[in-house]
Amino acid sequence: MKIISPFDKLTKQKIMIVGCTSAIARATAAQLASQRHSLYLIGRDKEETKRICTDLIIRYNNPIQHGYVDIESLDNHQACFDNAIAALNGIDGVIFSIGYMGEDINKLLWINYNCAVNFLEICATYFEQKKYGFIIAISSVAGDRGRQSNYIYGSAKGGLTIYLQGLRNRLFKSNVNVVTIKPGFVDTPMTFGLPKLFLVASPEIVGKAIAKTILKKPNVAYIPWFWRYIMLIIKLIPETIFKRLSL
Amino acid sequence: MRKLLKPISGWANYPSQNCYLIRPEKYCDLACHSSSCIPRGQGKSYGDASLNKDATVILTEKLNRFIAFDKEQGILTAEAGITLAEILNLIVPAGWFLPVTPGTQYVSIGGCVATDVHGKNHHHSGSLGNYIIEFELITANQKKIICSPTQHTEIFWATIGGMGLTGIIGTVRLKLQPINNPFMYTQHYASDNLEQTFSMLEDKTYDDNYSVAWIDCLKTGKQFGRSIIMSAHHATKEEIDRTYLYRKMAAKKQYKLPFNFPSGVLNRIMIRTFNELYYSKNAKNTPPYLSHYQHYFYPLDKIKYWNRFYGKKGFIQYQCVIPNPRAYSGIKQLLEVLTQRHCNSFLGVLKRLGKANPAPLSFAIPGYTLALDIPVHNNNILSLTSKLDEIVLANHGRIYLAKDALLTPEKFQNMYPNYPSWLEIKKTIDPKNYFSSSLSQRLKIGS
Repeated sequence: MKIISPFDKLTKQKIMIVGCTSAIARATAAQLASQRHSLYLIGRDKEETKRICTDLIIRYNNPIQHGYVDIESLDNHQACFDNAIAALNGIDGVIFSIGYMGEDINKLLWINYNCAVNFLEICATYFEQKKYGFIIAISSVAGDRGRQSNYIYGSAKGGLTIYLQGLRNRLFKSNVNVVTIKPGFVDTPMTFGLPKLFLVASPEIVGKAIAKTILKKPNVAYIPWFWRYIMLIIKLIPETIFKRLSL
Repeated sequence: MRKLLKPISGWANYPSQNCYLIRPEKYCDLACHSSSCIPRGQGKSYGDASLNKDATVILTEKLNRFIAFDKEQGILTAEAGITLAEILNLIVPAGWFLPVTPGTQYVSIGGCVATDVHGKNHHHSGSLGNYIIEFELITANQKKIICSPTQHTEIFWATIGGMGLTGIIGTVRLKLQPINNPFMYTQHYASDNLEQTFSMLEDKTYDDNYSVAWIDCLKTGKQFGRSIIMSAHHATKEEIDRTYLYRKMAAKKQYKLPFNFPSGVLNRIMIRTFNELYYSKNAKNTPPYLSHYQHYFYPLDKIKYWNRFYGKKGFIQYQCVIPNPRAYSGIKQLLEVLTQRHCNSFLGVLKRLGKANPAPLSFAIPGYTLALDIPVHNNNILSLTSKLDEIVLANHGRIYLAKDALLTPEKFQNMYPNYPSWLEIKKTIDPKNYFSSSLSQRLKIGS
């Protein structure tokens, strides 16, 4: 007989998912909805957020709520966060999954770093008072080392990774867990049609892995796991050699 | 939106063509993207219906969300990219079933509407189009229109069976049928030859809501056309309570063919052995049993990528219908040609079809339909299919466009006499022929 320890069991949590229209967040939400958690989905695109939410309600018979945020205007963040708190009557965790990859450099830096930090600071303040909870934020393996192919996106995500390190340090004494998710190549609209992709994971696999981090509480999670070693090798290459490579 | 240039093929792996794929993930991005595009759901049509050589193919697989499910009335609304498997997972526990289902559950509902699929119950219930309450069509001029049997009636019927050439089906609302449990009350009957097969399929004592005959295509002589007739209906409360009935549960695991087999693995000896075993196993006078719906409807879904059995060159599935007075003689001629040419058809399925619906390009007409899988490594496949096409035409029959890869424009127009009325509607909603596929270009449909 398998003995189930009470620590193994993931109790029903109240989770807010920010940026729910991204493929990874949608898959994560589906996984969490099937595990009977209470969810509050936040997206920018009202129509899509509503569709994703309705779909999960029908599929998993789980009363999921949703709200909207324009992540680019920082003034909205607090109100959006408060709405989620009110709707779920307090939350246990946040999954932050907003990312942007495009031509517009300012927008790219603004969304991936400034907006993310602003929103996560609001979350941090809330959990610091509550002395309990988790923050899971999606960064990227691109933030581990700058490469000519996408160093601007990489630098914004790298900044976010460092921010999360500091946040983890700050919130440790408040019993709040901060998880940095570093997905490798994932089959999403961000990567669809890009050349030179390899080991591409489906959003469903990534969603399942993210859902697992709620229980496992790692500091940094590479998804799928082998990216930890790929990035280790990439990070170990001396800069004098690395600058000559075409990566 | 970014495009991905990639060689793709239909389920039969023949033909394979380079297409520019785009994959919208937001409903508002689902639109006519270039001067030639075709939507593609799961890519399970056998031939080139979901291909568009050197042009755009719109993948709808990510637009697979449920919109509403009325458990009281049995009405389901979903985005067209959703698969039947996802639908069944939701509706079967709630006591509902699809009104019509094809032989695999890994197809999108949009694709099912666009090909007006029929099932083993066509002779009683007709094809899927009869159960569509409405759908949203995204047209060439980027408008979204709601089509139903009462609203935009002509566009509604032109889209059903319209092979995606009238626009992109965005969402579908359909009526479900109530069931008591997931089991099918199944009974097998063996017939000794083709004549008996036909008379048994006509006979009410052997017929049921769902019935289909598996034909041993390799048998000659006295046992030419011997078959197993598989009849079933959704088990009632009383039948499920009879505990002595043998129950065949759903397969727990889906197997997967990891790679393409060498062409020619499915040779004459293999098929003959398989047929012999299959016939003798099923021809025994077995009592009726309860079979899980997944077993009865989707036996091949147990093996993911079973198409790889046929090797890299692929195969073609030849499916035709021959209308009633000539059905027996026509099908007999077709099977005779196959045996004369020593053609190894692994699969042979014979089914009675009932009343047609008003859709001008719908395949199903009253008569008998025969489906055959023919490996492409048979050298003279073109001469074989053109011979088969001639027999079908001479008997006023037609080919199923969802399976076709080799038909010619002239034959198509002869087979589908309602094509001119379809073309008229196509000209009104897509005058510049933006929605076109490799199939439509090959058969000159819509131009």
